[in-house]
Amino acid sequence: MYDGGKIITGIVIFLLFALFPIYSNFGKTYKPPKPDLNTPEIQKMEVKKCVEPKEYMRAEHMKLLVDWRDAALREGKRTYINSRGESYFISLQNTCMRCHSDKKKFCDECHKHAGVSPYCWDCHFAK
Amino acid sequence: MAKAAKPPKPEEITKTLDYRKTPKGPWIDTKVEFRPGMYCYGTRPKYLEEVDMPNPREWSTSDEDWKLPENWKEIFLEGMEDRLRKHRSFRLFMDICVRCGACADKCHFYIGTGDPKNMPVLRAELLRSIYRRYFTTGGKLLKRTAGARELTEEVFKELWYYAYQCTECRRCSVFCPYGIDTAEITIMVRELVNLLGCNTDWIMGPVANCYHKGNHLGLEPHTIQSNIEMMCDDIEEITGIRIEPTFNRKGAEILFVTPSGDLFAVPGVYTAMGYLMLFHELGLDYTWSTYASEGGNFGFFTSLEMAKRLYYKVYAEAERLGVKFIIGGECGHMWRLWHQYLATFWKPPENLETPKSPITGTVFEHASASKVVHVVEFTADLIRHGKLKLDPSRNDHLRVTFHDSCNTSRGMGFFEEPRYVIKNVCNHFYEMPENTIREKTFCCGSGSGLNASENMELRMRGGLPRANAVRYVHEKYGVNMLANVCAIDRAALPTLMQYWVPGVEVCGVHELVGNALVMTGEKKRTMDLRLEPLPGFEEEEEEEE
Amino acid sequence: MGVWFSFWVVVGLILVALIGAGLLNLSVIFGVVFPYLALVVFLVGLIYRVVQWGKTPVPFHIPTTCGQQKSLSWIKYSKLESPATGWEVFLRMFLEVVAFRSLFRNLRTEMGPGFRPVYGSSKWLWLGGIAFHYSFLIVFLRHLRFFTQPPSKLVSIIDSFDGFLQIGHPHLQLTGVVLFFAALYLFLRRLYIPQVRYISLPADYFPLLLIMGIAGSGILMRYFIKTDITKVKELTMGLATFHPKVPEGIGVIFYVHIFLVSVLFAYFPFSKLVHLGGVFLSPTRNLANNSRMKRHINPWDYPVKVHTYEEYEEEFREKMKMAGIPVEKDIEEEETEEKEQEEKE
Repeated sequence: MYDGGKIITGIVIFLLFALFPIYSNFGKTYKPPKPDLNTPEIQKMEVKKCVEPKEYMRAEHMKLLVDWRDAALREGKRTYINSRGESYFISLQNTCMRCHSDKKKFCDECHKHAGVSPYCWDCHFAK
Repeated sequence: MAKAAKPPKPEEITKTLDYRKTPKGPWIDTKVEFRPGMYCYGTRPKYLEEVDMPNPREWSTSDEDWKLPENWKEIFLEGMEDRLRKHRSFRLFMDICVRCGACADKCHFYIGTGDPKNMPVLRAELLRSIYRRYFTTGGKLLKRTAGARELTEEVFKELWYYAYQCTECRRCSVFCPYGIDTAEITIMVRELVNLLGCNTDWIMGPVANCYHKGNHLGLEPHTIQSNIEMMCDDIEEITGIRIEPTFNRKGAEILFVTPSGDLFAVPGVYTAMGYLMLFHELGLDYTWSTYASEGGNFGFFTSLEMAKRLYYKVYAEAERLGVKFIIGGECGHMWRLWHQYLATFWKPPENLETPKSPITGTVFEHASASKVVHVVEFTADLIRHGKLKLDPSRNDHLRVTFHDSCNTSRGMGFFEEPRYVIKNVCNHFYEMPENTIREKTFCCGSGSGLNASENMELRMRGGLPRANAVRYVHEKYGVNMLANVCAIDRAALPTLMQYWVPGVEVCGVHELVGNALVMTGEKKRTMDLRLEPLPGFEEEEEEEE
Repeated sequence: MGVWFSFWVVVGLILVALIGAGLLNLSVIFGVVFPYLALVVFLVGLIYRVVQWGKTPVPFHIPTTCGQQKSLSWIKYSKLESPATGWEVFLRMFLEVVAFRSLFRNLRTEMGPGFRPVYGSSKWLWLGGIAFHYSFLIVFLRHLRFFTQPPSKLVSIIDSFDGFLQIGHPHLQLTGVVLFFAALYLFLRRLYIPQVRYISLPADYFPLLLIMGIAGSGILMRYFIKTDITKVKELTMGLATFHPKVPEGIGVIFYVHIFLVSVLFAYFPFSKLVHLGGVFLSPTRNLANNSRMKRHINPWDYPVKVHTYEEYEEEFREKMKMAGIPVEKDIEEEETEEKEQEEKE
């Protein structure tokens, strides 16, 4: 009247769930992603700078891209003035991807790592 | 002893009920007030002595000093620790309650009193606060912040007071997401207070009687026989048939055990007359026992050990008489125990066989281990096989509703059998509202040993939800008969009906069977089992006049 | 009782993380030591509790039957509410655990017209409970993205429906918001329903506020005060592979979040939250209603004092004989026995 067998089975199932992250990584070595910025276009640049500062881009690039999309497609605006007062042509293909031409090594490297699948490529072609 | 207070008028009770109100301040600081009419008298020492229970002494629940032994706290806490080790239900239910409140308004005592300590969750918290204080690290360290409190005499009395304002009906357990059953907690609290001799007189008296004389009422063998013979006299007057039941007869096929209330009190005796007529008509080879003359078990309201001691007689007598199986009469807590406890308490003797109806040949597979069959199961099977000649029109003056007893409902799952029988012996049957029947049924308010007279206000308050549902069908369909399968119901509900719903009477299912049963060689019936004229069947002379 | 106490404890915990990880730079303590400790306490503690319950026997067979028993063959019995077999018990338990079936039955008692109690359907608690537990489960599974490399497929499946509204960037994941508001609902009902307020303890408010803190900090981190997710994953993967390392530049919001989670894990085994394991062990739910078919054995059963038939007959023999009730021992028989004994003596 203890049901010991069932209780132990339950505990084992619980541990299988709870410890999944540990045993599924067992013996694997983890390598953090290394996005590659080294494209010919970037090498050509004298001052290597993006549309906005690097930290901002890391955290907010998705927001900027969507703002660009809205500006270009919904409002027909094609000029973006950044925080430094410089103007850029609003285009994923022709502005962003001109420098970051290697999607695999730039975009996908981190997106895959974080398990993110942005819908940019539903419409855009990746080179 | 405090004088029994008269209960207030019905409308005085209902008008003061407001479920949105709670007392000021946290419950942990609200002191228990022993209000006359809401509790039972403490037990006399002689009853405790008769069954060797601890701390027999003269005392009264209304006294300041309950004359607990000096080391009472130790006894209580050791008893608690022991039980925490022995009952998974107890430990688990102390640990896992999240106080979601689903049970809060399900208790008939809460609905009838509005006292938040009658919410099942809080009734359990009364003890849980002690559990935390003495058996959990958090409670030992954080004390009150963790919801823990010291065990004091005040707290002990509070536990006592609310353990005897719970009828162990298990309605809360139906709604609890973890199935926490307050009955389990009340059973434990009652065991603990019994370690200190703090039972009620109304429970301990029947326990002592049952132990020595075989039944709660203390009927001696010749009295049982003469009571039943008196019923046979009435049956003869009604049907013209003389029934000669046997007692303690060896070699009978079946032992019949029913709560002793059926042998003594109105309207239970009419139910017993129904059994007698049915068994006679079938020519059943059965016997009554004067030794195992109690189906009920007030030991269960004392301690599980006492329940086991009292139920020794059932199987022992079945073994001594050499019967093949046992039929049990209509009773609530008896069937909770026969269904869930009896075969665990005692090993069924070898001479018992899987019950098989000698009339229909039906094998009661569901009773293959315990060998006990409910009389209503037995009768339902008879009717299903067309073995009974029934004239339901004899019950045409009755508009019947059925009260599911707590114990058979939530401790057995006994719903369709009694309904099937009633619908075959009555033409007018009406259900009470859905949320007040079957597994959601409301207690009579007097179960688990609370059917005394000094706590009348408590009983009437506790019975409010049940009575309220009866009133609904009484007003809507003209229901005038409340049928049930429980001896405590038959004892308690008539008072409850008089108080809340005058005009509704109470009967056992087999009284209705007895009325409808057409017996071989019977004379024309002009009276029902209550010896009252049967409307529509009056004597011919009267019709001519 | 204890709302403010619980509130200030949670605020205090947040401050501890802000000061510890933000000002004192104890990121190793908050990012590595506490999470490991919390996990150990959680696993060991919870298993200890379950084993403790498991070692406590179930002496009696006490299912709460909420439907028709299995009796006569022609009466349909309720397989879910009054299960007769192990499989049916499994189904009953399954629905109890995944659908909160008992809670779904919930009714609300109110004083109706004419001072008569009425019982109406009441599903809010059930709905709140379901929303809370399921969103928590999904949020929990979503976090597998931080502990698997490449991220488990499960994560992208969950993402696809969790963020299907495509609100904002990154897409708003509904479960996080649902979790926060469900916890808020459960918290507010504790404050506003008088009966529930009356029974609530600090132990009831605290976990809800803590979970709101966890959900809130998570939402803040994802949408408002962003931090470098790549670095966060470096930290969490370090934990999972036992090569802990704390990359530079993770925002303090992350440490607040992971500290609150650690507290929840460590608190778990000592609290009512153990209902996670306890629900499976409840004897009123996980036993078949078959006690007349199969004898339930009480492992600590012990002999008790009983009143035997012989003792009974001894007391009433004469009365029984007078009434013509059969007895085992005749009185004359008894007398001769007595005489024989006397002669022997």
